Amino acid sequence: MTASLNTNCTPDLDPGVSYEQGPRELFCGLTGIVWLHRKMQDAFFLVVGSRTCAHLIQSAAGVMIFGEPRFATAILHDRDLAGLADCNDELDRVVAELLDRRPDIKTLFLVGSCPSEVIKLDLATAAERLSRNYLGRVRVASYSGSGIETTFTQGEDNCLLSLVPEMPETSERRLLVVGTLADVVEDQFRRIFEQLGIGPVDFLPPRRAESLPPVGPNVSMLLAQPFVCETARQLIKRGVTHLPAPYPLGVEGTLGWLQAAARHWGVSDEALTLATQAPVTRARKALEHYRPRLQGKRIAFLPDSQLEIPLARFLGSECGMQLESVGVPYFDRQFHGHERASLPAELPVSEGQHVDRQLDRIHAVKPDLTVCGLGLANPLEAAGLRTKWSIELVFSPIQGFEQAADLAELFARPLLRKERLAV
Amino acid sequence: MELTVWTYEGPPHVGAMRIATSMRDVHYLLHAPQGDTYANLLFTMIERRDQRPPVTYTTFQARDLGGDTANMVTSMLKETYERFKPQVMLVGESCTAELIQDQPGTLAQGMVANGELPVPVVPLELPAYSRKENWGASETMYQMVRGLLLSQVPPPGTQRPERDAGRPPLVNLLGPSSLGFRCRDDVREISSLLSQVGVEVNVIAPDGASPQDLLKIPEADFNCCLYPETALLTCQWLKRSFGQPFTQTVPIGVGATRDFLAEVAGLAGTETSDSAGDSRLPWYSRSIDSTYLTGKRVFIFGDATHALAAARIAHEELAFEVVGLGTYSREFARDVRKAARDYGVEPLITDNYLEVEDRVTELQPELVLGTQMERHIAKRLGIPCAVISAPVHVQDFPARYSPQMGFEGANVIFDTWVHPLMMGLEEHLLAMFRDDFEFNDSAPSHLGHQPVADTPQPVPAPAEDGDVSWSQDAEQELRKIPFFVRGKARRNTERFAREQNLHTVTLDTLYDAKAHFSR
Repeated sequence: MTASLNTNCTPDLDPGVSYEQGPRELFCGLTGIVWLHRKMQDAFFLVVGSRTCAHLIQSAAGVMIFGEPRFATAILHDRDLAGLADCNDELDRVVAELLDRRPDIKTLFLVGSCPSEVIKLDLATAAERLSRNYLGRVRVASYSGSGIETTFTQGEDNCLLSLVPEMPETSERRLLVVGTLADVVEDQFRRIFEQLGIGPVDFLPPRRAESLPPVGPNVSMLLAQPFVCETARQLIKRGVTHLPAPYPLGVEGTLGWLQAAARHWGVSDEALTLATQAPVTRARKALEHYRPRLQGKRIAFLPDSQLEIPLARFLGSECGMQLESVGVPYFDRQFHGHERASLPAELPVSEGQHVDRQLDRIHAVKPDLTVCGLGLANPLEAAGLRTKWSIELVFSPIQGFEQAADLAELFARPLLRKERLAV
Repeated sequence: MELTVWTYEGPPHVGAMRIATSMRDVHYLLHAPQGDTYANLLFTMIERRDQRPPVTYTTFQARDLGGDTANMVTSMLKETYERFKPQVMLVGESCTAELIQDQPGTLAQGMVANGELPVPVVPLELPAYSRKENWGASETMYQMVRGLLLSQVPPPGTQRPERDAGRPPLVNLLGPSSLGFRCRDDVREISSLLSQVGVEVNVIAPDGASPQDLLKIPEADFNCCLYPETALLTCQWLKRSFGQPFTQTVPIGVGATRDFLAEVAGLAGTETSDSAGDSRLPWYSRSIDSTYLTGKRVFIFGDATHALAAARIAHEELAFEVVGLGTYSREFARDVRKAARDYGVEPLITDNYLEVEDRVTELQPELVLGTQMERHIAKRLGIPCAVISAPVHVQDFPARYSPQMGFEGANVIFDTWVHPLMMGLEEHLLAMFRDDFEFNDSAPSHLGHQPVADTPQPVPAPAEDGDVSWSQDAEQELRKIPFFVRGKARRNTERFAREQNLHTVTLDTLYDAKAHFSR
């Protein structure tokens, strides 16, 4: 048995990271559809799974808008499992029905689930077949968001990974930013890169799935999110140069992130300072507002979004919070090691989960703030603890200079609320 | 394979979770991968429960599949028992575990038999690829009650002893559950009604009951089957096994509450009395202020219990016209079909949200009574709406006392249904007076849309060929028609024009069509 949950990631035991195993309370990778479908406006996500999968996505979305969303589930029934119906024929029929309804769809993702993985339904082959059938109209890709293989944000990694082979080849010198960012954050970064003379800059995922960014030996890559490990590895295999950097959370994280690109592109530190001076000053000033509220407050992270380590770095070093413990669903030394190293060596950092034992520790330590999944937040609040539920962190624009204070505010709000409430 | 955009019900193991979470001192071991833990947030976020649901997930992963996932079940069973020390353990599996066939229920029973697990186990087999949430809840409640009471069942043919005349009649309230629609307040309302007619409540289950409480079920003289979706199966078994009769009427609405009280009096052997109070609904409904409600065209969709009750209230107590009736509860399709026949409408039995949307669009009702999903349909179409049934939303757990059942429930229903119509009426008046200088098209709307401007309705494109255009005066006239029937008037007029081979709708065409379609 490997030490890492993510069987694809580095399997060695990592220094400074312990491993926990047991019952979990974590979303599966299907959840990523909730933000991926909004990012790629021409893409549709068809989960091939059970009623549970359909129920999960609609519940995890939190707000059920009940429009006609760009995601759906092809629910497997007894007939499909008993072999009375050929799953591939059935899938073709469902896809035809779907594309008939939605002629605007340019890219269709077939998303594998726990049941489809267990019955070994080969969605990759199905995607190839369907791509041929709809040639020139719809590109069909496939990836797995199953909970037996992926946790929560890992679904995005698998989704992007499925796009890598489709990305066109280029010999141009370009910068590629990997991991979903809010459009507004992308635009801010784009402006800074322009000022620094870095470009052309592409983002993966792109806003339109049909226009995939090119890759090649002169392309360098910054990771915007810590959960795109496999995609990054695959891009490296396609010749892309990885620029190791902190994740762009907080002023220091963002500065370090931009600096990695600037140095690679031969931009002087002076030029970088000049280009970032105004937003950095603005962000530091805005952060000052929240620092007194966060300073010295004890915070613990339960494993959830995979953002825990860089968030801890930001809240510890830039907001003065006292870190109690950090849990992550999985630890990847190549892409998380440097962020772990920026945290105090004695800080307990664990990967994996035994939810009951972790909650025991939370109840014993009684941190001022616990970062946790949605299902755990209210019971912890009822026990007198303040929480920040982490799904908001993947839906809100939190990266970059202009969002540094917004990010701090997300953690300050529960504490402020506690102070204000007199009931 | 079935293409599904939104789903009314979760999988059957979520139904089992609802029973486990409703009860005390029960723990559910669910053989399932980590993703299935999303279901916890239904309880902690939607219902705002202050405890985690009593469910432990084995959370097996891909790498475990080649190995011994069954071993995970047995070790997790021991650990879970040690940690939570429940009185009873439910043991089952979710959709993925069903495929790997570890049979956790059988494993657990084996452990009980050889003394490894010192707690009664109720094994659950809930076929995830053919059944759904409410079925799972019903089956779990039945298995739990049957499992605990089987040893108490008297031999067949045993007569139930007569109630001691000195003891008040005792009743169980069966069916209220976590994530049910307004169960918390319904139970309080019905308990108070029963106490006013001299009937005492013995056990309320599953909500708030412990396995110890379930053991007392046979002590009651009869059962109230409050939510047939959850409790009918159990009530039928209790009737067969213990000779406990049960009530057939669900007391939602004034008439149904009176019928329920009469039924209770019959089963309790007491006089029907008026001491249970009454509702304001009958008078409010008779008051001339309500005249405008007459014949309001209403579309009803929900679980069978609430849809049927809503149809009766709409028809008998508010003098609406039921123009559509449907349910996603296939298990109760027969009852809904029959009721739909009685109201002279086509029943809609489906769990396909898009079909419901099509039907609402086609019928253009003046009020939609449905679930949170129909609320969104109605919002898009600009039709007033009230929510009458699960699937629930955080809004369906109001802070205030807000039952659906009993006389207070009827008051709540009157307010909740009439309020959106009043808002609609207000909109209509605003629209009528919009040519007055005080009003204009950009007036804000309570319905959260801009109905005053004649926005194009998302109706299916007409099948017929040949476009029909509107003359300016006809178009002007059409705008004078209340917005909530305007779409229908437009379509009917265009249909009429096509039938008459007219390419332009004039003022005359408009009124010819009106005369043609008026009944």
